[in-house]
Amino acid sequence: MKIKLPQWFYQLASPRWFYEFSGKLLPWFAIAAFVLLITGSVWGLAFAPEDYQQGNSFRIIYVHVPASILAQSCYMLMAIAGAIGLIWKMKMAHIVAKSCATFGASIAVMSLATGAIWGKPTWGAWWVWDARLTAMLVLFFLYVGVIALHSAFENTQSADKASAVLSLVGLVNIPIIKYSVEWWNTLHQGATFKVTEKPAMPPEMWIPLLIMVLGFYCFFAVILMQRARIEVLQREKKASWVQEIIQQSL
Amino acid sequence: MTPKRQKRLYIILAIVFGTALAVGLTMYALNQNINLFYSASQIAKGEAPTDARMRVGGMVVEGSLKRSSNSLRVSFDLTDYENTVKVVFTGILPDLFREGQGIIAQGKMDAQGVFQADEVLAKHDENYMPPEISETMKAKKEAAQ
Repeated sequence: MKIKLPQWFYQLASPRWFYEFSGKLLPWFAIAAFVLLITGSVWGLAFAPEDYQQGNSFRIIYVHVPASILAQSCYMLMAIAGAIGLIWKMKMAHIVAKSCATFGASIAVMSLATGAIWGKPTWGAWWVWDARLTAMLVLFFLYVGVIALHSAFENTQSADKASAVLSLVGLVNIPIIKYSVEWWNTLHQGATFKVTEKPAMPPEMWIPLLIMVLGFYCFFAVILMQRARIEVLQREKKASWVQEIIQQSL
Repeated sequence: MTPKRQKRLYIILAIVFGTALAVGLTMYALNQNINLFYSASQIAKGEAPTDARMRVGGMVVEGSLKRSSNSLRVSFDLTDYENTVKVVFTGILPDLFREGQGIIAQGKMDAQGVFQADEVLAKHDENYMPPEISETMKAKKEAAQ
């Protein structure tokens, strides 16, 4: 079996190419994130209708759902980047995986915290050990584990390898989070966005939510690129092109 | 892909699917423990523990809610549209609690088969709706009856 991979895949492997390319992309994603997040939050928090049962406390959905979706996407990216790094021994993939971990941990905290704040007025409890909530907590611990494991090694290469394997082992948690509300009896409600169906709520409620989700993704792209660029400079600090950049910025 | 990389790919696939299989089987075995609550039918069939604390979930039967006039004591029936369980609770109910709403109660069965709850949680679904739409739907439903 011979698989041919496109040229850009190998280009991405070069830290220098990534540094230059991401430098060009960064401002556009920053602008997009800013515009989408402002539009989405003003629309969602001020203009979208309130829920017939929950009233205004429903509005936390505009932060909770994007944070939860992103926490899972970020984990998948981290695991896939880790796998690419292991298979092709690609430095850049490990840099991306490392940059995902800290962001993922913080966005998972955001998802858990907003969920608790939403749970208290609607369900009547900050926390319940139901399948969805527990699986999400496990996701947070996985992120923390990957960060801790990475910093436990002196040698960057061993650290990259070990944390990539751990993130691949934890990948099994993603479908568990997704389907927990269908497989078991839970207190948590079903999925807000499904790929196959239209959302159950009217457009004036889900369009701002979709804008927020896109805004969160753009924000993630900005933070990820920033972190990866810093990591590239640190790891390649002996390379001549990095020396040049440092000289110029002094 | 070089044979070396291909081999590493297979190792990674084995790790991912191996853990998925192991975790899947574990969760299948623990299925009943992962479920947050028992339904009224499971209690009727005797699948739920009678001497331990547990949670029961279902819909509050319309017209079954009775409030005590001089305390916070409430009683109501929970149904899964096959069987019903009578629940007694003393305390403040969550805002979303109402007849026809899905709720989860935690507590113990007493000797009379009444569920003595010490915590009541309200469930809600993903069908968020503005109040106007909910009212028009209700009006349509009443007109159809």
